[in-house]
Amino acid sequence: MHVLAQEELRIDAGAVDYLLLALYFVFVLGIGYLARRSVSSSLDFFLSGRSLPAWVTGLAFIAANLGAVEIMGMSANGAEYGMPTMHYFWVGAVPAMLFLGIVMMPFYYGSKVRSVPEFMLRRFGKPAHLVNGLSFALAQLLIAGINLFLLATVVNLLLGWPLWLSIILAAVIVLAYTGLGGLSAAIYNEVLQFFVIVAALLPLTIVGLTKVGGWQGLVSKMSAAGNANELSAWPGSELTGFANNALSAAGIVFGLGFVLAFGYWTTNFVEVQRAMASKSMSAAQRTPIIGAFPKLLIPFVVIIPGMIAAVSVQEMTRFKQTGEGNVDYNDALLLMMRDLLPNGILGIAIAGLLASFMAGMAANLSSFNTVFTYDIWQSYVVKDRPDEYYLSIGRWITVGATAAAVGTAFIAAGYSNLMDYLQSLFSLFNAPLFATFILGMFWKRMTPTAGWLGLVMGTVASLAVFVLSNVGVIELPGQGASFLGAGAAFVVDIVVSIAVSMVTRPKADAELVGLVYSLTPKATRTASTTGEDAGWYRRPGILAGIVLVITIVLNIIFA
Amino acid sequence: MSQSTRRGHTAGAFDIRVIIAALFGIYGVVITVMGLVATSAEDIAKAAGININLWSGIGMLIFAALFLLWARWRPIIVPETQGESSAE
Repeated sequence: MHVLAQEELRIDAGAVDYLLLALYFVFVLGIGYLARRSVSSSLDFFLSGRSLPAWVTGLAFIAANLGAVEIMGMSANGAEYGMPTMHYFWVGAVPAMLFLGIVMMPFYYGSKVRSVPEFMLRRFGKPAHLVNGLSFALAQLLIAGINLFLLATVVNLLLGWPLWLSIILAAVIVLAYTGLGGLSAAIYNEVLQFFVIVAALLPLTIVGLTKVGGWQGLVSKMSAAGNANELSAWPGSELTGFANNALSAAGIVFGLGFVLAFGYWTTNFVEVQRAMASKSMSAAQRTPIIGAFPKLLIPFVVIIPGMIAAVSVQEMTRFKQTGEGNVDYNDALLLMMRDLLPNGILGIAIAGLLASFMAGMAANLSSFNTVFTYDIWQSYVVKDRPDEYYLSIGRWITVGATAAAVGTAFIAAGYSNLMDYLQSLFSLFNAPLFATFILGMFWKRMTPTAGWLGLVMGTVASLAVFVLSNVGVIELPGQGASFLGAGAAFVVDIVVSIAVSMVTRPKADAELVGLVYSLTPKATRTASTTGEDAGWYRRPGILAGIVLVITIVLNIIFA
Repeated sequence: MSQSTRRGHTAGAFDIRVIIAALFGIYGVVITVMGLVATSAEDIAKAAGININLWSGIGMLIFAALFLLWARWRPIIVPETQGESSAE
């Protein structure tokens, strides 16, 4: 998105817009300052003292994911593919989030671990712990760089500030609040960001829909442009690249819905950490389920503006028909803002975009510093110091990580399509982890050696696909190589884990209570239903059922 | 963890709902005023005939008021005793 002619996108921001934007940053830093006063131990800093209510962690859960890639990338996909993009939300996220809440959260929260790698330590021992800790930390630094780079790119495009200045300024602001207030500051800001993002996108969607004559107007305009097939979500052939309808639907359900989505949502500590910060097992289970409600609705204010842009913004319409012009799909949202929003609401919309990009980076930083401090530093480098020592390490490592992210932002700058880069990172880091996790959680025979060896071999398999496709041995378009890599990592990890388990010694059953499904008594897997967890509307199972029904209804309406 | 034994003071200013209400209250006032006094016919034409500043502003003010009411109705209690507050 950074190669286009910049003048076309320079938004005409006025004094009021800058004022509203500045006000937002005052609030962001203020929250960091206020949260600092409530941090007295490392558990406060890294897990918010496990004290947050479920609606806060639920919204933070979704805002942490609502970063640059989500907002810009999905509106771009909306402009390019139309309604099939909904699958990234309804098939590719919501079922995995419900699974995380109902099935996996009891093990995460119930075992009182402080991070996903720590779960690996309890289940498989040190080697798997170290492998997972290091690979997670590395992945977070690389992804933080992507978020930082996108943030700076938009500041550069919208406001005309130089790229390097935007990168450093954005890094300093995110550092200021995560370094001061730890996870609480990050989570509280994510909740605020969530509402600012909605306040930015909702008016844009309403104005956009009015402009094209409502939903009916959009339908007739898209049909007139010969894109009527983009109005239904299924079978989504253009998205998957499969010409056969049944194959395409199967690809969406198994490829996107299972391996990729479950890998991302259930083992990614960036997300899981938000649930771990909640105040009870019930609240932890509800966190991803509450997050699923906005996740169902967000596509309406992200994808539909993209679709409107494709029929109403002149440059975009021409680009879609001829592939020519100075814009590309990534600019859909920015072009809509430029064309439709007057000063005032424009400032809030810019604040919303920047908010979303900072949310992504803050989430990377706050999960990185937890894993680095607990799982690497405290476990293997400097052991047995008082808690204050680790709290101060946590603060300092946040500074170090921010500096590193400025570096990795320049790596991200070298990629022309950031979604490709991101997907290759996911296939390297998340797919093998998911395989090891799911096997280890349900199969008590899986041994510690299998734990780390499976992880390593899975990552190697994915890396091999990555290298082969980079040197041109495997020819796959777009993100095809990443999907293949994720699949290879998953299969290799499972096969290696089973084979190694057969010839090595498993842990004693007694050591696996609370970590493996069949060895954990039902009572400890079940959340309480009294006190602050009373009421049917606080039962994770019932909430998940409601989400599932809405998901099915939405899929039928927009089929 | 049962409700009868819950002691402590309310969280007051550092209730995230109050902070969200404050930001949207200010945003709401600013753009409502802009919608009323500083919106030209050109601005309205740009936004498909809607005075979007005015309507968004009113929406934000209502939202802020609802959040304030919620925070008043169900204040956060900060426990005075330290320790695990998990409900097991």
